[in-house]
Amino acid sequence: MTEAFHVENNPQPVEESVSGMSEAVEAGMPEVDAAHAPTKVKADNVDVFYAEKQALFDVSLDVPENQVTALIGPSGCGKSTFLRCINRMNDTIPICRVTGDITIDDQDIYDPAIDVVQLRARVGMVFQKPNPFPKSIYENVAYGPRIHGMAQGKADIDVLVESSLQRAGLWNEVKDRLSESGTSLSGGQQQRLCIARAIAVNPDVILMDEPCSALDPIATARIEELMDELRQNYTIVIVTHSMQQAARVSQRTAFFHLGYLVESGATEMIFTNPEDKRTQDYITGRFG
Amino acid sequence: MTDFIADRAATRKPDFSNAHLRKRYRAEARFKLYGIAAIVAALGMLAFLLGSIVMTGSSAFTQTEIALDVTLDRAQIDPNGTLDPEVLAKGNYRKIVRDAIRAQFPDVSGRRDLRELYRLVSTGSDFTLRQIVETDPGLIDTTQTIWFKSSADIDQLNKGAIPRDVVESDRRVSDAQIGWFDKLSADDRTRRSFNTTFFTSGDSREPEQAGVLGAVVGTTLTLVVTLILSFPIGVMSAVYLEEFAPKNRWTDLIEVNINNLAAVPSIVFGLLGLAVFLNFFELPRSAPLVGGLVLALMTLPTVIIAGRAALQSVPPSIREAALGVGASPLQTVSHHVLPLAMPGILTGTIIGMARALGETAPLLMIGMVAFIVDIPRSFTDAATVLPVQVFLWADAPERAFVERTSAAIMVLLAFLILMNLAAVLLRRKLERRW
Repeated sequence: MTEAFHVENNPQPVEESVSGMSEAVEAGMPEVDAAHAPTKVKADNVDVFYAEKQALFDVSLDVPENQVTALIGPSGCGKSTFLRCINRMNDTIPICRVTGDITIDDQDIYDPAIDVVQLRARVGMVFQKPNPFPKSIYENVAYGPRIHGMAQGKADIDVLVESSLQRAGLWNEVKDRLSESGTSLSGGQQQRLCIARAIAVNPDVILMDEPCSALDPIATARIEELMDELRQNYTIVIVTHSMQQAARVSQRTAFFHLGYLVESGATEMIFTNPEDKRTQDYITGRFG
Repeated sequence: MTDFIADRAATRKPDFSNAHLRKRYRAEARFKLYGIAAIVAALGMLAFLLGSIVMTGSSAFTQTEIALDVTLDRAQIDPNGTLDPEVLAKGNYRKIVRDAIRAQFPDVSGRRDLRELYRLVSTGSDFTLRQIVETDPGLIDTTQTIWFKSSADIDQLNKGAIPRDVVESDRRVSDAQIGWFDKLSADDRTRRSFNTTFFTSGDSREPEQAGVLGAVVGTTLTLVVTLILSFPIGVMSAVYLEEFAPKNRWTDLIEVNINNLAAVPSIVFGLLGLAVFLNFFELPRSAPLVGGLVLALMTLPTVIIAGRAALQSVPPSIREAALGVGASPLQTVSHHVLPLAMPGILTGTIIGMARALGETAPLLMIGMVAFIVDIPRSFTDAATVLPVQVFLWADAPERAFVERTSAAIMVLLAFLILMNLAAVLLRRKLERRW
């Protein structure tokens, strides 16, 4: 099982990732059964162009429901581009063109009949750099439910805010200062606030674009625990540069390289027995 | 080869000598000195400018007055005793004032001397008296001591602006007038009081009756029109161009044109206003409405450019955050981007408005340079504005208009400071929301 990891120059990530996974299993997480989980997001032959330059080539990937799918790969490989296709965030870039099919629950999200605003309410997103609104903590979380008409009155919103903050593991830290600015929190707290903001609208899918790259290890650990809890209710797709993180939090991993989806499968398989040489080289630290 | 270069490079060490250090310190000290000198020079210029304006203008805020014992003879005002306002308005107040002056100097005779004597007080004195009688008709048939404004020349003499030691023919006040005035002063019949007229009346040919209120109201009305038009249109344009418009050749063209428009000389906007608003749409001449329209055209590019810069400075992460939770593009802009950009937009607008406030040239073209006595009451009344008033008074030959010009500049500056203060307060209020 650990054969592929025994590389002289980089033994550290091996132990970490393996122990990370075994911990998750010991903690009694739901059984990871990638083969049988229903597919939530399905990408078929997706090509993405920035003007004339092609950024993604023929990507086909199934994202199973209630699992964490990690997208890994070297910088500029197209993993963030792919992530941003799932909630059509690429629409905001005028020169960006997407072809191919992406479906969520068998519904084509690039169908002209699909309202992109409603789509983004169903597919929440957490960004690389924590980006709370420069408003109060309460307002940050209440904003989504408010614009989507999810609450009838202040009492409803209060409930949503509290439950979202609780699920994001932030409630106990901020319950006494909800009216303070969201930007006054620490980096890790800000990122959890952004997660609370995303789950407040009760999305089906949460996309995370390197959510821990601006955080210290303790805050990172906190977010990773959170992801494990959240996946019971949500389907999570995470882009990460840290292979240890991918190994720790994800059940499925997809490796991107130079715009191609090289390999995807159960995280355990990708990290222990990759089919493609490029995947093996990358996870063992030979490039990237 | 590379080893050889590396070896040579390794032998080179930074110059840690004291001479090198001293040279760097000297350069830094010199640079600091230049900066301080520049600031001192700028502040000195400003102080000199403001000082000279205040020195020249502050005397305009007082006015010499002369006390006369006026006998309000019923025969001259209301012979039939009806107290009818129309009759009261037609009374011969001029004769009453003149009689009162003659009573002070009974020995003056001869047409020329008498005319000079009457010129001690302002030609507006009969109106002053009429107003007093109209407000209290009970004063008829009594004798009252009333303070009348002196004429502008006597006022200038009293303030020392007309020198006494030059040849009589070289000054506007005759020796006889100086003698009479000195006698009145000796009798405690002269005083200098606060010049309320300057703040409560419109323009006049007589300096002592001229005021800036007409110009202040005209400026206010004009700027209201400018603000109402340029702020919303400018902000909308900036938001559309920055947040919604596709980036293509057309929007590039529009952007270039807006930048060019900001650099167009203001008189060109005046000509445009003349051709379009007056000749084509036949809007009233000299009206604040037209002035405001012209200044709005002139201010728009400034507001748009400042607005776009402010919108650009809002971090993209805020837009992504809003779009990410499913806010529509309009909600993203109106709930998040625009409020964050608003302080910057306001600053730009205030800069544009301040420029509009000081603008004279385009308003000359649409007739706001006319001599207007009445205080404008609506956007279509003939009006003038403060900078044009300054321009008109600076051109006037009377000595007394010199100090009034400076005083009007002070009012203009006060107006500007008030506007900026309002903007700063507004900004602070908006910023405090987060």
